Order: sequence, then C-alpha cells, then structure tokens
Amino acid sequence: MNDIAIEVKNLSVIFTRYSALENINLGIPFGTFVSIVGPNGAGKTTFLKVILGLIKPNHGVINVLGKSAGELSPFDLGYVPQIKTLDRTFPALPIELVSTGLNAKWPAAIGKDDNKIIMDSLERVGAGNLARRPLNKLSGGELQRIYLARALIRKPKILVLDEPATGIDWIGEKDIHKIIDEYKTDFNATIIMVTHDWESAYHHADFVLLLNKVAVCFDKPEKAFTEDYLSQTFGHVGHKHEMLFSGRHHD
Amino acid sequence: MIEAFTQSFMLRAMLAGILVGFMSSYFGVFIVQRRMSFMGSGLAHAAFGGVALGILLNTEPLWIAIPFTIIASIGITLLKDKTKLGSDTSIGILFAISVALGIIFLSLKRSYTADAFAYLFGSILSVQTSDLYVTIILGIITLLTLFRYWSRWAYTSFDRELASTDRIPVTTDDYVLNILLAITIVISVKLVGIILVAAFLVIPAASARLVAGTFFRMTIISIALGVISSIAGLFTSYLFDLPSGATIILVQAAIFLISVIYQKTSAQESI
Ligand SMILES: Nc1ncnc2c1ncn2[C@@H]1O[C@H](COP(=O)(O)OP(=O)(O)OP(=O)(O)O)[C@@H](O)[C@H]1O
Ligand SMILES: [Mg+2]
Repeated sequence: MNDIAIEVKNLSVIFTRYSALENINLGIPFGTFVSIVGPNGAGKTTFLKVILGLIKPNHGVINVLGKSAGELSPFDLGYVPQIKTLDRTFPALPIELVSTGLNAKWPAAIGKDDNKIIMDSLERVGAGNLARRPLNKLSGGELQRIYLARALIRKPKILVLDEPATGIDWIGEKDIHKIIDEYKTDFNATIIMVTHDWESAYHHADFVLLLNKVAVCFDKPEKAFTEDYLSQTFGHVGHKHEMLFSGRHHD
Repeated sequence: MIEAFTQSFMLRAMLAGILVGFMSSYFGVFIVQRRMSFMGSGLAHAAFGGVALGILLNTEPLWIAIPFTIIASIGITLLKDKTKLGSDTSIGILFAISVALGIIFLSLKRSYTADAFAYLFGSILSVQTSDLYVTIILGIITLLTLFRYWSRWAYTSFDRELASTDRIPVTTDDYVLNILLAITIVISVKLVGIILVAAFLVIPAASARLVAGTFFRMTIISIALGVISSIAGLFTSYLFDLPSGATIILVQAAIFLISVIYQKTSAQESI
C-alpha cells in the first residue's frame, strides 16, 4: 500500500451526459515512469486533471500520495500542461512563470535568492538564455521548456506531463527525455506522461496505460504494446506497431 | 490656479478624483487582461438603474446604487459560473434590465430631474462629503487588496487552470474582484458619469499594457496614469468650465495615443 503513489478505484468522469472516463482501476507504484497512450479525446488530459485535483470524479476515488485531492499540497505535484494557446496579451517574463513554480503565486518582483534558483532551473532545461524574453515572443518548443523548468523547480514527488514533446525538435526531444529521466532517478520521482510517441513510451516507461475512456491495459510496455491491446485502444492499427517495434527490445 | 484649492467643492472633487483614479486604474489592469471591459459597461448601466431608483425614492442615489450594482455584479458572475452562457451574454441581459428599470423609475418620478443628467455625464459639483467618506473607505480596501489579492488575481488572469493547480480559489476571487469593481464603478460615476465610466476603467490600463513588460509594472504604470489623468482632467475641466468626465477621458485618450506612438517607435528600434 505504501509503495503506491497514485491509487485509482472505480473512477468515472462524466461531462454533462458525456462520459470521458469509465471505471478506471489502477495503482501506480512510487518511482515509476508511466506513459499514457490513447487516441484524441480518449480522456488522457482529463485523467491528468483528476490527478491534479482540477476535476472531481463523478464516481470512485483517487488517492495521490495517500491523500485525497483536498489534502494535497500544490508542491506535491509538478505539472506541464498540454501546449495550448497561451494568452499572448499577458505581459510576463519566463522567470516570472518559473517563479510561480517556486512560490505558487504571481510575483511582483523577484528577489536575488529566488532569481538564482530560477536561473539554475532554466539552465537545466537549456533555456537560460530565454529568462527575460517576453513570454509572448517564445516559440512553442521554447515555451514547453519554460513550463518544464516551472514544474521541476518545486522538486515534486510526482511529475505530470501532458505531451511535453509537442513542438519540440528531435534533438530537443531527446534532451527533454534525458532531463526527465535524470529527475526521476535523482528524486525517486513518479512520472506520469501523456504521449503520442509510442516509441518513446516503449523505451522510457516502466508502465504503459492504454486509455480510451476505459483503461484498456495497464502493464509493462512489452505487455501493453501488443496488436490486440492497441487495436482495442485505437481501432484497427494495421502494421504500424510492427514497423515501430520490430527488432527493438526494451532494455 | 491656486484658488481652485480654496474652493471646498473643488478640494472634494480633487480628492475624490485621485482616489477614484487610483482604484479604477488598479482594477482596470484585471479588466483589460481578462477582456472584461464589457463588464465595466454593464455595471455602469446597472448603476444607472440604482441611481434612478434612488432619485425616485428621494434618497441619496449612491446608497441605492451601490447595493443595486453589487447584486448585478454577483448576478453576472453567478450566471457565468453556473450556466453555459458566456459572460458577455449575461452582462448584455442584466445591462438591458437595469437600463429598462432605470427608465421606468425616472418616468415614475414625473417631475423632471436634472440630477439624472449629473450622473449620466459626471460633474465636479456633485461630489458630497459623504461620497468622499465612501470613496476613502473603498480606497483603503483597495490598497489592502494590493497586498492580499493582487498576486492571486494576476495569476488567475494569466492562466486560470494553472492558478487552480496551485490551490488559488479562482471562483471566490472572481466574486471579490467583481464586487469591488461594482463599488468602484458606482463611486466613479459622480465624477466621470455613467456613459464614460467603462472607458475610464480601461484606458489607463490599456496604455500601461503598451509600455510595460511585466504585469506588476503594468499595474504601477496604470495607477500612475489613472491618478495623473484624473488630476489633469479635473483642473482642465475647472479652468475651462467643461464637464469633468469628458475632460478626464480626453486626457486619458491623449496619454493612450502617446503610449501607442511610444510602443511603435520602440518596437521599430528593436528590429
Ligand atoms: N470541460 C469539459 N467539458 C465537456 N467535455 C469535456 C471537457 N473536457 C474534456 N471534454 C471531453 O472529454 C473527452 C476527453 O477529453 P481529453 O481532453 O481528456 O482528451 P485527450 O485524450 O487529452 O485528447 P488529446 O489527445 O486530443 O489531447 C473529449 O471528448 C472532450 O471533448
Ligand atoms: Mg489532451
């Protein structure tokens, strides 16, 4: 029981007559990397928002770090949201956004001590040079790095990422995975990551959650990525997965 | 010039102008970033309904207008919160109801009242000592929110969902903001007038947005512009015997124009 970071029982989420998640049951052990894979509209983001306490489930319970959503501290969780249309009219700097990760409030001014911690965090994701560029002038990939720095700076036990690699170039993507893997080992953190990249899920994750309203499968990658489960999740997948995984093995 | 201050009505108007300029331009930054300027219009017209009821009942209109506008503001926030309607729709509906009520109230009054005109267009002469007390109290409350709420409202304005993940009570904070906004609008109405008060809220913040790189600077610059334009506008209005609200708005518009030019030229330099 104590080695379970996130425990989900009979969880359902219904948006006015439309059910987005149905009867999910799973336990995510501490210090594991979980990839969530599923088609658009499968409820992946919804599931993350339930973990974050942003959406209350209509049925069932969720326990994160043994606490209910109400008891959870914002510093228990780091969150990299799915890249969305940032409000480009809001005057803000990357260091300000990252400082919200540190202090959970919007800064008026940033002190010397905080500034150093924030700069370290930005350097770590390779965005040190962006610290004082207007947020609304950044590219999608640059913005993702800033959000990653914001999530890591609070040293959360659980890191929740919603398609963090979207908009990031191939080299950058390797970078980001390296940073996340390092963070996981250094802090024995639990990583929950939504991704459309089956290959990276296959190689990085300890567990894969195949999600399409229901949890089709929650298991080790080599067990989850089978023709049968994938077609249950995505409909008919043809030869895509054979092309992806043939000749490769986990570890 | 000096004699302006020896006249007690002018002194009252000046003091009220500084306070009201401070409050509106402070709340204005949230209005601008949350794209709520229609809310300013809507509440100003709700204030019209309240003022008309006050005139009909032969009491100080402000004492009726404040609760009336607060109720409208809570109504708008509730409708937005609990239904699928966008806030512009709920504002549009309450806007119309308030104005309709106001017209009926005034017509019931029969005797033609010039008072209503003072509220529509604003007037220096109309600021009473009791108004000043309300304004000072609200000024103090506003100053306190600078420390308690600024950062929360700012965070929520930037990204509502992110603020929620940090356990900011975004919905409750909305009510607090909208109620204070309602009171600010009502007390601004005497100087600026119902018709122009929405612009009065938004122009300093919009000018500040053009020149500021952070939300905190935007707030400080907006407050400075709001206070300066109120003082300058009231002076000009006194010297040339012009309506105070219109004069203040034109001063603000001039500042806005300068900000636009400043932003254009500094943007060109950085290319
Ligand atoms: N607030 C909401 N109100 C109503 N329906 C919603 C809401 N949020 C999500 N949905 C619906 O729930 C379903 C799941 O949405 P969700 O965002 O979780 O999908 P997703 O798996 O993250 O998809 P994507 O891969 O496109 O990001 C969708 O059909 C969506 O329309
Ligand atoms: Mg999603």
